[in-house]
Amino acid sequence: MKYTLSVLVENQPGVLSRVSGLFSRRGFNIDSLSVGVTDEPRISRMTIVVDGDEHILEQVEKQLNKVIPVIKVKSLGETGAFWDSELLLVKAGCEPGQRGELLSLAELMRARVVDVSPSTVTFQLADRPEQVETLIRLLAPYGIREIVRTGVAAIEKGEGALKK
Amino acid sequence: MICGAEIMVKCLEEEGVTLAFGYPGAAICPFYDFLYQSPIRHVLVRQEQNAAHMASGYARCAGRPGVCIATSGPGATNLITGLATAYMDSIPMVAITGQVNSELLGRDVFQEADITGACESFTKHSYLVKDAADLPRVFKEAFTIAATGRPGPVLIDVPFDVQMQEVDGFRYPEKAEILGYKPRTQGHPLQLKRALAAMRQAKRPVICCGGGVVLAGARSEMIALAQRTRIPVVSTMMGIGVIPMDDPSYLGMIGSHGHACANRAMHEADLILLCGARVGDRAIAAPEQVAEKATVIHIDIDPAEIGKNMTAHIPIVGDIRQVLGKLAAQAEPCAPPEWVETVRRYQREFVPHGAETETFVEPRSFLRRLSTRMREDAILVADVGQNQIWAANNFNVKEGRFLTSGGLGTMGYSLPAAIGAKLAKPRRQVVAVCGDAAFQMCLCELGTLRQTGVDVKIIVMENSRLGMVREVQDRLYGRRHAATELDGGSPDFVALAQAYGVPAARAKSNAGANRLAEEMLACGGPFLLVCEVDPDLPTL
Repeated sequence: MKYTLSVLVENQPGVLSRVSGLFSRRGFNIDSLSVGVTDEPRISRMTIVVDGDEHILEQVEKQLNKVIPVIKVKSLGETGAFWDSELLLVKAGCEPGQRGELLSLAELMRARVVDVSPSTVTFQLADRPEQVETLIRLLAPYGIREIVRTGVAAIEKGEGALKK
Repeated sequence: MICGAEIMVKCLEEEGVTLAFGYPGAAICPFYDFLYQSPIRHVLVRQEQNAAHMASGYARCAGRPGVCIATSGPGATNLITGLATAYMDSIPMVAITGQVNSELLGRDVFQEADITGACESFTKHSYLVKDAADLPRVFKEAFTIAATGRPGPVLIDVPFDVQMQEVDGFRYPEKAEILGYKPRTQGHPLQLKRALAAMRQAKRPVICCGGGVVLAGARSEMIALAQRTRIPVVSTMMGIGVIPMDDPSYLGMIGSHGHACANRAMHEADLILLCGARVGDRAIAAPEQVAEKATVIHIDIDPAEIGKNMTAHIPIVGDIRQVLGKLAAQAEPCAPPEWVETVRRYQREFVPHGAETETFVEPRSFLRRLSTRMREDAILVADVGQNQIWAANNFNVKEGRFLTSGGLGTMGYSLPAAIGAKLAKPRRQVVAVCGDAAFQMCLCELGTLRQTGVDVKIIVMENSRLGMVREVQDRLYGRRHAATELDGGSPDFVALAQAYGVPAARAKSNAGANRLAEEMLACGGPFLLVCEVDPDLPTL
């Protein structure tokens, strides 16, 4: 089972290593971790996707709370209760004559073509992780040259907001 | 203008620090120069690890953070075992390390080590200070974090140029403002109510007292709760000394090396009141089996401990002293008399291990007798190995303390920790008990002992073996004693102590050991007593 956590941390050196170190030290499995500054410059927000059971989730939350620069930890609950999105950059092979197919694929998936070369097309997609997976699968037959994913960023639906 | 090094010393003074343990080096010299001019007493150790152990022994007895100091590079890395030892036992400590110039950080220059990185998993928190203006805030936060909530060691790494940096004036903050740090102290009233109800209904309740009770200073609350409810009490190794061994309600230490009565009671219990204990594998090997049979009430200041190793049916997060105080005030005499009688019978049936012998010193009977000869408030510091278990199960701590490295199990802890303890409580008797192997990991501190003139008594149980490892080899490795014999390599410890100017004697029988112990306790300064122990003597 995958759980998505939002974590507010003090924006200071070493905080990322403290958080990621915790996961390896305690043997928790991390699927993705993304981090960026919030509207308040001294606070950053992390989105962490954890693989495990409820017991592990509880320990992850508690152990994260013990890290001093961690301000708040919230598990975002069931899929559907939050919106998650991920940025994908993917460079696919493009034989002569395939460009049209690839461009219509991009349109279908609402991906943006950000670069074209004689033998490749590079797409950008910001969407839910399932959509990202779908595009990767669709591009596989053309040959994927390289792939970059940022990991998931997630936000609660509705009026609720994670604040310090 | 004031420089970073002077600020660091002023911060320590503001925190009321009167004693620090350390070992200087080039990168920490500016700080030492101001420490030299300060009223703070500095104890020069012989190896940095022992500075951390001394600070640990000091902190445990003084009830405030101990301070240890080391230079950059190897000085700092030598501290790590001491910090890890303190971290595992939740001992409040502030460690200060020098660091190379900040513009040289990351270039692998002479005596550079990434100590904040290396200590990430062994400290409650750590700081690498980049600006001297941050020092007052950092020190205030460090002392606050070390001493509050679940205590632990905090490391402050200060580059040489930051120690030299001049800033405008010095103002020490009154309190630390840390956004994400708000330890919960009050137990939830509803959970307290549930706990009281469960205690009333229990047929075979047991209280398990852990190190958290000692750390919280909740001894009298624990005794009050046990007396009021008449519930039998067991303890983990870290909880030894809260209830005296001869108290009828006390069944002893639990675990793989614990007391038969204590383990039996835990095994049969239908309710366990777990107080400030994480129940590591040495205390309960199969916590889930125990939790299946018993309702577990778990009190701990650290929410992450609850449910980590053992299921808690009634979790109470809070300061143990407050929680136990409330429980003691509201609880009724609830332990069923049949159950109390059952455990009393277990106690009566138990025959203490070890009879006095003529050819060796039998350590268990010797330690039992020694505890009757020492003052009520004496502090016993046990090392790690067979000696630790002998002491834990046989030395009766009455009003005093039992100190040991329970979590990490660090050999060589006893002598330095005992020195720290004695400096915190100069009027108490302090005895370190160690094996001849552990002693050789810290014997350089005989120099510190001699130089400071601290009155610490040392008992070395000499069997020329790494006794506990050897037992494992006997049991699981076909009696192949790989690297567990010290024969022919050890010095004459009596002559060695005497070479340091520390009086010493050797005992070869219980009668001799008993007589020499009297001499040791009567002598006004440090003393080393070597007890020859049968190399084949088991731990239990």
